[in-house]
Amino acid sequence: MHGRPRKPLKPVDEAAVAAKAEKLRALQSEFLSNHQNKIYSKEAVELSAKLLEINPELYTAWNYRKLAVQQNLAQCESDPESVNSILDEELKVVENALRQNFKSYGAWHHRKWVLEKGHSSMDKELGLLDKFQAMDARNFHAWNYRRFVAALMKRSDEDELEHTQNMIDKNLSNYSAWHNRSNFLSRNCSVLLSNLMKKAAPGFTSKDEVLTREYELVREALFTDEDDQSGWFYHLWLLDQTVRSEFPLLVSSWPVEGSDISLPAADYLDGCASMNVFHYSSRNFPLVLYFNQSVRGVNSSTVSVSCGFNLNIDLIWKPLSSTDSQSAKVWATHLAIPDAELHSSEAYQVEVKVGFSQGIVSTTGVAYSHPSQISFQLHLQKTPLESGQDSRFGRIQWKDDCFAVYEPGSAEPDLVNLLDNLTIKNEVESTASTWQARIIDDETNIFRDLLDCKIGKLTVARLLTAYNSLRPLDKPVHCKEVLELYSELMKLDPSHYQYYKDNHSLVLLQQVTSSKESLLSRCFHYRDSTLSTNGSPLCLRLNNLAISQLGSFEKLLWVQMLDLSNNELQSIEGLEALQLLSQLCLSNNKFRSFTALESLRYLKSLKVLDISQNEIGSHSIDTTRYLFRSPLSHSVGSCDWNINYLSSETYWEAFFVLKDMGLTQLDVAGNAITSKSFNVFLEKLLPTLKWLDGVEVN
Amino acid sequence: MEFNPPLLTSSQRTLSLFPLPLHFPLEIRTAGEVEFPPPPKRHAPPLQQALNTIESTLVAMGELAADKHVKYILAVEKRKDSFESAVLEHLRMNGAYWGLTTLDLLDKRDVVDSNEIIEWILKCQHESGGFAGNIGHDPHILYTLSAIQVLALFDKLNVLDVDKVSTYIAGLQNEDGSFSGDIWGEVDTRFSYIAICGLSILKCLDKINVERAVNYIISCRNVDGGFGCTPGGESHAGQIFCCVAALAITGALHYVDKDLLGWWLCERQVKSGGLNGRPEKLPDVCYSWWVLSSLTMIDRVHWISKEKLIKFILNCQDTENGGISDRPDDAVDIFHTYFGVAGKTVAA
Repeated sequence: MHGRPRKPLKPVDEAAVAAKAEKLRALQSEFLSNHQNKIYSKEAVELSAKLLEINPELYTAWNYRKLAVQQNLAQCESDPESVNSILDEELKVVENALRQNFKSYGAWHHRKWVLEKGHSSMDKELGLLDKFQAMDARNFHAWNYRRFVAALMKRSDEDELEHTQNMIDKNLSNYSAWHNRSNFLSRNCSVLLSNLMKKAAPGFTSKDEVLTREYELVREALFTDEDDQSGWFYHLWLLDQTVRSEFPLLVSSWPVEGSDISLPAADYLDGCASMNVFHYSSRNFPLVLYFNQSVRGVNSSTVSVSCGFNLNIDLIWKPLSSTDSQSAKVWATHLAIPDAELHSSEAYQVEVKVGFSQGIVSTTGVAYSHPSQISFQLHLQKTPLESGQDSRFGRIQWKDDCFAVYEPGSAEPDLVNLLDNLTIKNEVESTASTWQARIIDDETNIFRDLLDCKIGKLTVARLLTAYNSLRPLDKPVHCKEVLELYSELMKLDPSHYQYYKDNHSLVLLQQVTSSKESLLSRCFHYRDSTLSTNGSPLCLRLNNLAISQLGSFEKLLWVQMLDLSNNELQSIEGLEALQLLSQLCLSNNKFRSFTALESLRYLKSLKVLDISQNEIGSHSIDTTRYLFRSPLSHSVGSCDWNINYLSSETYWEAFFVLKDMGLTQLDVAGNAITSKSFNVFLEKLLPTLKWLDGVEVN
Repeated sequence: MEFNPPLLTSSQRTLSLFPLPLHFPLEIRTAGEVEFPPPPKRHAPPLQQALNTIESTLVAMGELAADKHVKYILAVEKRKDSFESAVLEHLRMNGAYWGLTTLDLLDKRDVVDSNEIIEWILKCQHESGGFAGNIGHDPHILYTLSAIQVLALFDKLNVLDVDKVSTYIAGLQNEDGSFSGDIWGEVDTRFSYIAICGLSILKCLDKINVERAVNYIISCRNVDGGFGCTPGGESHAGQIFCCVAALAITGALHYVDKDLLGWWLCERQVKSGGLNGRPEKLPDVCYSWWVLSSLTMIDRVHWISKEKLIKFILNCQDTENGGISDRPDDAVDIFHTYFGVAGKTVAA
């Protein structure tokens, strides 16, 4: 009942309506009786046609007609004339039905069914379609049917592309035509486009020429009526086609190229959380590879690791992805250095070679073809740790007065050096980006004329962001302008406030992580009375930034202590890349449930976690539930189900996220979920816990 | 004591009440997996709590004319003299699902005689195992899901020959992973969703080739992030719901570009606060459901203004005689009444 007024325009003759309904019911029951008794007489079949003209959605009647056709065809023994007349009749019934309701699924399918019997002339079908598409250019049944007919008559993609061009020329505001255009172009982009270009202007076959032409076409739509969405998504797709790297590339890694890493000997730190910067448990030293897109096939044969000691076993690379066990942007493994190999004060050169043998492939099937090599040094320090080391388990307090501004030169020269090299240099990128940068530059200049409207602002913000993504090694430009554009959009279009806010957050983080200086200005020494200055860990504080979404993880792989408190985060998706994290503060954000914290499951080094003052348990709809890897729909590996505490059923998500973590300190106060029984549950679930909500656990 | 994960946690339970797929959250059992304990009884304490929350929210936001809608639904069922009721007779099974789920959402499920309904549903079952839209009509996957959902709503799945129904659904899967609606071979991603949802309610997903089913859905993904009914088909909010939900049930949401699709979906909200189903179309209450639930599944629902949407839905109510229409001042029907109430409940 779409678009029918509630109060009829003319007074209704109720008796007449009732009579009409009665008549229809009588027809329907007579038809059903024919159907049931398999009566396919001329009168019976005509009755079904009559019914379908009134009510094309009566699917059983279409089925009945198919049965009748099958029987009649069998009887006429493929006499071509009879066959034609039987099938013609069906096409006629469909056409009449479509006139009554040309969104009828049953009618369209019936026509396809007839055509699949090799009937009807294709020109006739296209003619009929033109008629229907003239009435409603957006009818997706008609477009689907057109694709069906085109495939059946093997019309070339070029011809169909031309058809979309004609439809667009007729009316720039036809999203369906734009969709079909993108569909043809994306399906067979290179071949199709080059053919097209040969036709249009011999000699030009390069991707940039084609893209330039398409930009011009869609710009026309956007500039004709800026509120018309028809061209919006096509433009975004073109932009993506312009900047997206077809090849999988390594973006960053841990450790970074050329770094020096001090490891304490295993005797002292095994199983403990070290708070010292760049000290790790030597039994569990993480290697992380961060790609520009999701890849599969990262394993000990595609990535070779050589070092001065014997690894004994093949390294097992794991994808850091909560949803897919085959592919991921980020892969990690752990070097387990055997005790016997450790000699104090010795340095080991470690080399990680990625992609020298084939096997790493993007999800679209493109092979990783730009081998990279990462070299770094491991120093083993057998310095006995200071006495009273247990105080390292003193409670971490995320208070401002526990953080001292980072002073250059005071310690960690390693850190300062490596912050310069966070991004891996890929030569392919710099050579290929010239024409792309030009296109984006041109496009930006043109769209600056449209800055007084929503789509103009959004497009310029996207273009400037895309421009930066082409030059990953350079400091991003125009960040301030992009941030301003998103702020203006929040005011201009409040319904989609949070969309702009999330994008604003991503750009802000790009800005913060873009340079050594900017990162260092957010680095602090954590100091409290229980820690000696030597051991004061370095904390990256991204608190109080009003960010609602996280990003730029590829620049943060080195972070061990992270303060994200007092933001507006609802999810930490992507944080799993930070494999070194051992202390994390997420208090005073907007997390709604434990399912939003699934990334924590991958942070095996995490010891200290603060999720206090959030909204966990206060919402009846859990919007992160569907993205959460549920044990009901996936295998979860080895789970120890033999834990006898009944409350796990109530706190299932918390159980699932926290169960294998070795947390020593946890803060959850200030969430709706907390209660005495929840704390009892947590203490049982986390036997390593020393502090819960600031209280020492026995 | 052996500890098994619960079938549904409280928040899942709550969600399971609203969406079109009744027990929508992710119950999948593959061969060889451990037996899960039976689901907790409906209206267990957490559910009741959730209902109370909803009720208090309703009171706070005001104006869902719940009693009127209940009366409207009951009246529709009794009216046989209207032309519409005759035209729609072949899809009475869908109507039953829309009406009864609305009653359930309004906590008025007990105003109907469930035995009478179940008896009628079973009369619509065909010897193939599939259900028809009404007695005497042909079986189709569309009505088979509605039948399963209504029985699940009344906690009466035990009246079903589960093996027979699930075999019927599984038999409609094609070589390429897609599903036909019935023996006549119309293919559509709606049917993929229906098969996956139905089989997951019956805990029989192991009867189909899930990987191929997922691959077919992926082949219908477009460059705007959305999905169409067949490969190359234009993105449409209803179709997107079907595909995203099917991917959610099968644990394959990583195939969705959440930010791209999220932007397309959130731009369905027009100035009046209502949602349309495609760019440059009019808003319609039924998209409150299709768009809102899709945004919820990909965690991007905060990208629209729920307050404006609720206002739009409430404006489409017939506050005099009950029922909700597609747009303000249009004629009400049971389809839009259901989607309006469901959308309103999820948005609240």
